[in-house]
Formats: sequence, structure tokens, C-alpha cells
Amino acid sequence: MSPNNHASKTSAPLLEVKDLHVEVNGKEILKGLSLTVRAGEVHAIMGPNGSGKSTLAHILAGRPGYTVTKGSVHYHGKDLLALEPEERARDGLFLAFQYPVEIAGVANTYFLREAMNAIRKHQGKEEMDAVDFLDLVKEKAALVGMDERFLTRGVNEGFSGGEKKRNEILQMAVLEPRLCVLDETDSGLDIDALRTVAEGVNKLRSPERAMVVVTHYQRLLDHIVPDFVHVLQGGRIVKSGDKRLALELEKSGYETVKA
Amino acid sequence: MANDVLQEMTRQGYKYGFSSDIAADRVPPGLNEDIVRLISSKKNEPQWLLDWRLAAFRKWLTMKEPTWAKVSYPAIDYQAITYYSAPKPKAAGPKSLDEVDPEIKKMYEKLGISLAEQGRLQGVAVDAVLDSASVATTFKGQLAEMGIIFCSFSEAVREHPELVKKHLGSVVPVADNFFATLNSAVFSDGSFCYIPKGVKCPLELSTYFRINAAGTGQFERTLIIAEEGSYVSYLEGCTAPMRDENQLHAAVVELVAMDDAEIKYSTVQNWYPGDKNGKGGIYNFVTKRGLCKGKRSKISWTQVETGSAITWKYPSCILQGDDSVGEFYSVALTNDYQQADTGTKMIHVGKRTSSTIVSKGISAGHGQNTYRGQVKILKSAEGARNYSQCDSLLMSDTCGAHTFPVIDVQNPTAVMEHEATTSKVSDDQIFYLRQRGMSQADAVSLIVNGFCKSVFRKLPMEFTVEAQNLLDLKLEGSVG
Repeated sequence: MSPNNHASKTSAPLLEVKDLHVEVNGKEILKGLSLTVRAGEVHAIMGPNGSGKSTLAHILAGRPGYTVTKGSVHYHGKDLLALEPEERARDGLFLAFQYPVEIAGVANTYFLREAMNAIRKHQGKEEMDAVDFLDLVKEKAALVGMDERFLTRGVNEGFSGGEKKRNEILQMAVLEPRLCVLDETDSGLDIDALRTVAEGVNKLRSPERAMVVVTHYQRLLDHIVPDFVHVLQGGRIVKSGDKRLALELEKSGYETVKA
Repeated sequence: MANDVLQEMTRQGYKYGFSSDIAADRVPPGLNEDIVRLISSKKNEPQWLLDWRLAAFRKWLTMKEPTWAKVSYPAIDYQAITYYSAPKPKAAGPKSLDEVDPEIKKMYEKLGISLAEQGRLQGVAVDAVLDSASVATTFKGQLAEMGIIFCSFSEAVREHPELVKKHLGSVVPVADNFFATLNSAVFSDGSFCYIPKGVKCPLELSTYFRINAAGTGQFERTLIIAEEGSYVSYLEGCTAPMRDENQLHAAVVELVAMDDAEIKYSTVQNWYPGDKNGKGGIYNFVTKRGLCKGKRSKISWTQVETGSAITWKYPSCILQGDDSVGEFYSVALTNDYQQADTGTKMIHVGKRTSSTIVSKGISAGHGQNTYRGQVKILKSAEGARNYSQCDSLLMSDTCGAHTFPVIDVQNPTAVMEHEATTSKVSDDQIFYLRQRGMSQADAVSLIVNGFCKSVFRKLPMEFTVEAQNLLDLKLEGSVG
């Protein structure tokens, strides 16, 4: 897949982050981050540990505990930071978690249907019944290569690391978001698991959908080929380029990109 | 952050808090032999039952209120309680549903229990106990054709004295404990159920209890007998009107299962828990016990306890018959200043008897939730098995969860398993669900229902939904 093959430079941005400053417990983590993402684009955010990658993912999703001290985030024109996490989700923003939590006793399909119907309700659509939903979720499970037996188990209950990550991608496939934020989706995965998860993600690429892929390592980007690569360091994006930048980083490390 | 929300959410007023205006026929407050005699005579009871009551009363005078439970409450003035109250019969009393007091009917409708509709549409026979006397019984005819007796306790005393005499007090003896003995002296009414040999009861038998007259203690007495090879599923559901003063409730439930018989007893309890500051509310001091008398008999208790200011309740099984099975599935929710000390006793007597205990305690607000269980394997219980699981879910920093499991094994062939967990609804879980589009209220509801699932799935279908709604209601708040 070649860079920008879905992207149209002329379209209005789906996500526009401007000069974002974020504090956690009084410590500034993001120090003037700017990022523009258009529909159809896949952006990789790379950076060393502690650079603020996960903070960016969390602030986009609205996780409590972060304080924005300066800057703005607009999501298809709306002030994203003014919305509750569930409002963002219903409006098509999806975060694939680095550490998906377990919800004991709640069947995966039941949970997914609740989520989907919350979104459909917001869109003014009719709620989907259990039978239709089961057909849909089975189709999506096949798409991301997930065994059907995981559908009836409790949400992430007793899942391996790889199964949890795949479950995130399944949720993404079912909920059909406009903006996907993938937080360290490769962490804890062996190479086979990484490949199948990446394949699932690739199947979800579309001209209407944008993705922000947060990762420490280049290896994920062998499989999910980004249109843009940004290097995040010290709370700001210090360098941007195409997929070749990721390869460069792989060879020479983060030190060399320091401005 | 989740804490504030949970606090908000768990501050849900008591929705069923209304009282109806029915003329009550009641005896003066206080307790002495004359009152016991008065209750018995009001019910036109035979001499043997009066003697039984009097024996219980005399025994009770010598007993002390138990203090071992992890609950605290001001001393109860037993002389201030009114021990009998029944709706006044208009003429000779209702002969059919159409004749039931419209006030009573209205009350049922408020509760969503229209006798006629509930009965006919859902196939549930309701023996409705309003305060103390039964006001209506449905589906009697259909059940009678199969030889099933399902009626008020008073009626059973009149119509089937031999059965009552044989089994009354056979599982919970008159001198069993302070509250059970008190009940034996003053019980007003309750339900009686008899399933003859080989009959599988096709309906879920259901009784809705409702405490109505102010200051009236409720002393229900339930007796269920399942003869050889029979089966019955019995539902008990309760709501009570809002009251400012404490109301004592001391029921006794006795179950007897003969060879190959099975009794499934399910309860959803939602009595008035008192206000946000712990004022008022029902004291629910109940003795429930089942006797697996026959070989391969089975008794299952399933309870969802969400109400009452204080719950003191240990539905138990005596596994006397060889290969008999006892089960206890419980969800207990305490919010605000509610206290629950609940659990079970499994007494293994027969060979290869087995028991399962699954207890889920949910504590919110300042609620105190205690699991107290005893598994006793007697010498005779060769090859007995027990599996116990006690899980606690905490929803605030001010609530408490306590577990007191006692295991007493006198036969070395026993196999015992015990698991226990304590967890807190985490911010991470709530955020995860919100990120998928759910509101905070829905997120909490989903987590709590997941926690309770292994118990809920043991409830009869129509009760599962009711139980889930009830928990949602209890945990739902004014979050806008």
C-alpha cells in the first residue's frame, strides 16, 4: 500500500491538534504538540519511552486525570476536549487500549452489542437485536481472525496478551469508527500475533477512516504501513516524514533525530 | 473520580415507598400469652396449634437475642410491636380475584404485580400475602388437578392439618433460635406448598410479600414439602412501603425434600432499607432451612438481597439423604447504612452428599456486607464434597466486606474447595466501557451484573430480569 493512496490533501482535517500542552499530576508531559490527520490517512507516532505517546492517545480518548493547560483539539470541527469520553466514542473515536481491562462475567458479544447500540442510538438508528448482531460479530471475528469461542467468554477474561489485542481490533471492526487510535498495539505480541493483528487493522483501512498508530518500535509499521511518521520526543513532534523515517529510526535510533 | 460517580449512583431513593389505605384489623401492641391466644383464636386454629405456639412462647421467654452477627442496631422493644394485622374482611372475604379489595389491587398495580395479568400471562400462580393474611390465590384449580396444594398457611391448617402437623417445626425446631422461636409463637400467615409423589410442578409458584401496616411485625411461616420424585420451583419476591420506624420481620421457611425430589427456592428481596442516614428500614431476621431427607434429593436456595436495614439470614441445607445435593447462590447488596450478615450452612450427614456455595457481596456507600458460612461434614458423610466461592465487590471507600467461612470436617474422605476474592470497581474498567460509548451508569450496571452473573443465571428466567433491574435501580443515581 503506497502512502497517501487514500488521502486527499484538500479535505478538511478529521483531527486537528494545535500546540497542545498537557499535565499529569502537575508535570508537563505534552509541550506544544501539533498534528493534523485527514480521513483516509494512517499516521504513526513513534517515540522513546516517556515521550508522551500514550498521553496523546489517552487525551484524545478523554481519560480522566489529564489537564490541558494550553492548545486545542478539534475533531471534524468540534472541540473534542469539551466532550465526555462516551460522547467521543459515540461520535466515532475509538481507542485500542495498550492494556485492555477484564470485565468478569460480561460476555464479549453482550458487551459489544451494548457498545454498538449506544453508538447507533446516538446516530438515531434502531438498536440491533441479538440475532442480527450475532451474525455481524461472527463476520467481523472472521475478518480479524478471531476464534468464535472468544465471543461468548467474559470480556478479556483469561485472554492472553495477543487475544486481548485482537479483541480490541474486533471491537474496532464492529464499531466502525472514523478515527482509530491504536496505543502500542504491538506491545506484548509475538511475531505471528503481531501479523494477524496488523492484518485485521489493514482490512479496516478505508478512505473514510483515519488511524493514529502509537508505537515504540518500527516492526509494527512493517505490517501497518503508515502514510506519515512523526517522531515524538520531549512532548512535541520533532520530525515528520513518510514511512522511510521509521526505517531510518530503526537503523539509527531516536538520538539521531534530536533537533 | 469513579468514586464520586458511584456515590451519586448508589444514592437512589426507594421507588416503591408508598403505603396504601386498607382498613387493618390488628391486635394491640405487646406480647404475652393472651396475645398468642388472641392470634390463634382470630385464625380459628385447632388446639394443637395453639399449644404449639404457647410452648414456643414459653421457650422464647427463656432465650436471649443473638449478638454474634456483625450487625448493630438499637435494642428492640418487643412489647412495642404489634403482632397481628390482617386486612378486614368485607363480608366473608373475596371468593375470586374480582372481589379483591380495589385498594389492594391498586397497590399491586403500582408494584407491577397485577394478580390477574401476572397469573394468566406469565403462568405464575401468586399467593399474595398482604401484611399477614392471604387475600387471593390463583391457579388453584389447575394445580389441584395435579394434586398440588398451594395455599395460605392458615388454609393449610384448616384443610390439611395432618400434613402441617407432621412437618411443621420438623426442619426448624421450635427452640431453634430466638427469632425462629418468636415466629413459632406469633406467626400470622404464610404459604404452604405440597407436591405429591412424582409430580413436577409446571408453574413457578410465586408469593409476593408486602409489609404494610405501620409498626406491624411480619411473622411469615412457609412450609414446602416435595414428595418422592417431585419437583417445584418457588419464587418469593418482596417490596415494602417507606416507613420511618423500624419494622421487625422474622420469617421461618422450612423445606422438606424426599427421595429424588427437588426444591428450587428463589428470593428477590427489596424491603425498605432506611434513608440515606440509616434511619428506619426493615430488620430482616429470617430462618430458612431445607432438609434433604431423601436419597438423591436436592434443594437450591437462590437469593438476591437488596433491601432491609439489617439482613440476618442463612438459608441452609441439611443433607441427610445419601447423594443429596444442597446449593446456595446469593447476591447481597448493601448501600448507605445497610448491614447484611448472610450466608449459609451446609450440614453433610449422608454419604456422597455435595454442596455448592456461591456468594456475591456488593458494598456501596457505608454498607457493611458480611458472608458467614458453615460447611460441616459429619463422620457419617463418607465421600462428601463442597465447593465454596465468596466474592466481594466494593464500590466506595467507606463500605465494608467481611467473610467468615467455617469449615468443620469430621470425615477424612471429604473434598473441600474454597475460593474468595475481593475487588473494587476500577476507574480503568469504567473508562474502558465509556470509551466504547456507554454512559457511566451503564458501565457500572454492566460491571455489577457481570459480577453477579453466576448467581443470576440460577434464577428463573422472569426473575433474572427483575433482579437485574432491581440492582440497576439500587445503583442508578441522579447522574445527568
